[in-house]
Amino acid sequence: MTASHEAAGVFTGGRSSRIGDAIFKGAAGAAACSVLVILILLIGLLIRDSQESLVRYGFSFITTSTWDNVKEQFGALPYIYGTLVTSVVGLLIAVPIAVGAALYVAEYAPLWIRTPISFTIEMLAAIPSIIYGLWGFFILTPIMRSTVEPALKGALGPIPVIGGLFQGPAIGKDLFTGGVILAIMITPTIMAVSREIILAVPPAQREGMLAVGATRWETIRTAVLPYARSGIAGAAILGLARALGETMAVTMVIGNASRAVTGSLLTPGYTMASAIANQFTEADTPVYFSAIVEVALVLLLVSAVVNIVARLLIWQIQGGLSSRALGGVRV
Amino acid sequence: MSSQTIAPPVAPAAPAGPPLLDIFAPDSRYTLRRTASNAMAVLIGVCALIAVAVLWLILGYVIIRGVPALNVAFFTERPLPYGEPGGGIGPAILGSLTIMAVAALAGVPLGVGAGIYLSEFGRGRFAWIVRFCGDLVAGLPSIVVGVFVWALLVKEIIGNFAGFAGAAALAIIMIPIILRTVEEVLRLVPHSLREAALALGVPQWKVVMGVVLPSARAGIITGVVLSLARAAGETAPLILTTLGNQFFSWDLKQPMAAIPVQIYNYAVAPYDDWHTKAWGAAFVLIVIIGLLSVLTRLATGGTRRTAL
Amino acid sequence: MDITQQRGLTRRVWFSGLGATAGAAALAACGTQQETAPRSSANATPGLAATAPAVQAIAGSGIVTGPFSGEARALTGAGATFPAALYSKWFTEYNRLTQVQVNYQSIGSGGGIKAISDGTADFGATDGPMTDAQLKEAKGGEIFHVPAALGGVVATYNIPEIPATTKLRFSPETLVGIFNGDITKWSDAKIKADNPTVTTLPDKEITTVHRSDGSGTTYIFVDYLSAVSPAWKEKIGVSTTVNWPNGLGGKGNEGVAGEVKQNPYSIGYVELIYAKQNKLGYAQIKNKAGQFVDAELDTVTASASGVAATIAPDLRASIVNAEGAKSYPISGFTWILAYKEMKEEPKAVALTRMLWWATHDGQKFNGDLGYSPLPLEIIKKAEAQIKAITANGKPAFPNK
Repeated sequence: MTASHEAAGVFTGGRSSRIGDAIFKGAAGAAACSVLVILILLIGLLIRDSQESLVRYGFSFITTSTWDNVKEQFGALPYIYGTLVTSVVGLLIAVPIAVGAALYVAEYAPLWIRTPISFTIEMLAAIPSIIYGLWGFFILTPIMRSTVEPALKGALGPIPVIGGLFQGPAIGKDLFTGGVILAIMITPTIMAVSREIILAVPPAQREGMLAVGATRWETIRTAVLPYARSGIAGAAILGLARALGETMAVTMVIGNASRAVTGSLLTPGYTMASAIANQFTEADTPVYFSAIVEVALVLLLVSAVVNIVARLLIWQIQGGLSSRALGGVRV
Repeated sequence: MSSQTIAPPVAPAAPAGPPLLDIFAPDSRYTLRRTASNAMAVLIGVCALIAVAVLWLILGYVIIRGVPALNVAFFTERPLPYGEPGGGIGPAILGSLTIMAVAALAGVPLGVGAGIYLSEFGRGRFAWIVRFCGDLVAGLPSIVVGVFVWALLVKEIIGNFAGFAGAAALAIIMIPIILRTVEEVLRLVPHSLREAALALGVPQWKVVMGVVLPSARAGIITGVVLSLARAAGETAPLILTTLGNQFFSWDLKQPMAAIPVQIYNYAVAPYDDWHTKAWGAAFVLIVIIGLLSVLTRLATGGTRRTAL
Repeated sequence: MDITQQRGLTRRVWFSGLGATAGAAALAACGTQQETAPRSSANATPGLAATAPAVQAIAGSGIVTGPFSGEARALTGAGATFPAALYSKWFTEYNRLTQVQVNYQSIGSGGGIKAISDGTADFGATDGPMTDAQLKEAKGGEIFHVPAALGGVVATYNIPEIPATTKLRFSPETLVGIFNGDITKWSDAKIKADNPTVTTLPDKEITTVHRSDGSGTTYIFVDYLSAVSPAWKEKIGVSTTVNWPNGLGGKGNEGVAGEVKQNPYSIGYVELIYAKQNKLGYAQIKNKAGQFVDAELDTVTASASGVAATIAPDLRASIVNAEGAKSYPISGFTWILAYKEMKEEPKAVALTRMLWWATHDGQKFNGDLGYSPLPLEIIKKAEAQIKAITANGKPAFPNK
């Protein structure tokens, strides 16, 4: 293109159009720079404002559990733990359902169903976090408290290892409910990307299996899924990336209590994002404030790493198709 | 014609002995495999059902609980003191629209400009870095964006909570989405269009503005509207930047109300009237986002340019 | 799509954009029109009017009567949720009187302290006084604690088996035990001992609810717990944010009341009006003199009697666990935080006028909402503070 551009330049209006081009390129370049500027400023400000906490607590910030304003001891382990647990629970619930739904749309559904279902999932992806939070606060939590959690406690509690996950009073506002609401929120993302990936599996793979007499499920299990494996993993990690940043929905169902790490899912807790949302405007001493900003820094790091891993996984197997696929998906 | 019908040939009796042709007959293992396949089909269908049912569950509650809150006062009046029933969320609706408009004013030119840069001039290290940073910013938790805008605008540059800071936070969230969509859509425009214009002697900037952009207009509008829909629902950054306001206000240099923040404040409070209003505000928000999504579909004319 | 369809779409987008702007403008016009229309005043919260003492006009009322040229049209305040019910009433009335929009957002006392300290709001509000260290950090110099009202923090609970007509009672030790995790069930012996006449105490786990944000209500509550329990003072201490050993967190008084309302067998601490307006049960507490006292206007006022004589000059005072047979032991002041030396004169004028109105005329709204009015001697001291606020060197309050 450069060659034809230069060749065409011989016939253009000369200096004025070259100036026009230069200005245009400069303006577009400046707009592109804005993204860099934002990122650099952001990281810089976060580091500057968390200085005191970084220096004072060092590595113990992410390994200790005490969050005490009076004694000025800040350890963010409960927040990191809460983020991890809710995300893992969310993924465990969301991935099977999302991949299943994607398989249905890609493999089983008659053509006339595909658009309505896709539209439905698109709507789900567009619902804002606060509405999930509202629904979780008024509808999901009472159901968890009165029905689901006691049932789980009764059924799984006595079992030796797994039972440890379901100890303590079933209040409804705990890490488990946080995980469930995250699962609902990331299902559309995972499903949309998985569907694109499954649709991109070459028909030859399927046809080969069917030709030797495989059943539908066997075709999927042995030809489609292994081929799409890393793409689906990428979709799951993309869902994870979204789960890490969710704030409002989680903060309304998770209980908002800084407590030492226990093994049970039924304890109220915090995620990093919800801790920041609850405490940022109120951190009224310098060291408290810098501790909260450090939590934001840790969150930034974690979500950046997860995002990069997700994109690498998806780009690796799909190239241009999936970057287009991701263009419309709410990630 | 003779009425005598011609008897069809009769196959010779099947030979006794091992049935050679029965290799295609089902055996017990095949039945098992078939059952397994059908069972999985049902399971997979159930997954799809769950995914769809959840949406209708959520939307259904929002409609059932939210519609009773809607009346003229809800849209035009401002909140009453604590505990007094009545009033409305007028300031929040006005504030949300204002903040989103300002965010779009800042975010759309920057996002479109960056997208143009990446697609038309984007080769080499700088472009790669911009793309990478764009993806990073797109993946930022919105609360972190809120912290950043608070530290930069609320604490330093403006000096107080302000609607403008809220708009800036939303713009930061919008820019990467627009950037990515615009870049992809512009890439889809055939090179032959550009080359034809260049061959006629049109300067490059005119080629982009006059030929490439217009032919990609639908996709660009899709990207912009998608990003607006996303920005409309953001709560966390607004809590930290624009605080809220119970009065009607155009002043961007002062705190402004916003619908998502209003929903949050009303939902966690104990007053039943406020709860109803929270559902009502959620309904309004869903309607706004739904309208924006419909706009997206109009823009693509029904064809799926972007996946999903 | 072809060029004509594209143009059609563009036209549609433009029109809808214009329509949205027009709609927004109409909304704003409606809103500003509505500001001047008289608003029917709400009914007083039932049950409170009976105990409200007869209010005579306080000396100094009636100075602020309407709009004033030279004052800012809008002020921003942020802070305590404890008095938010009162402030929301105050500022609605004040707006009707003077057309000044005082935008108060209840984000917690910690938020109020931070907002005034950083200068991100025009005034702050807190029920937990600022520490000396915090006062030193403040960007704009000296900060006044201007008292606004007195209120009581109640232990509110949600126990389905206990009817609304039955009131639970707690002695100090029981309350400490519930919140530090020693007492885990409603059927505990200590709770039974405090309530010999209540037979329906269920054998269920107690869920405690505390504040997830920086809170002056927390400050008053843990101030009381520390006063009655040296162990609490040692282990957990007093601040706007403490390390609670158990329980759920709610954001703001509103959030705690909301959580208690939503979760059966829970107990939390909120300002009185939040329990009353939401018909949540709240307990009587045994005061220092050994009497079980309810939080009422006269008992809260009683706990502040005599404080004026001994109060520190900067008016930061604690009145928990006060002497007197009628005193409600978990009471406290709530203050508005304002800089002594302000930089913008219109804002300073508006702020001082609002503060004067609040401490004089506004006090008549306190009783209906369950807040005690300030004692007259305290108001006198507040007057001195308000008159000392300066803008660029000159005193800001216009009517001396």
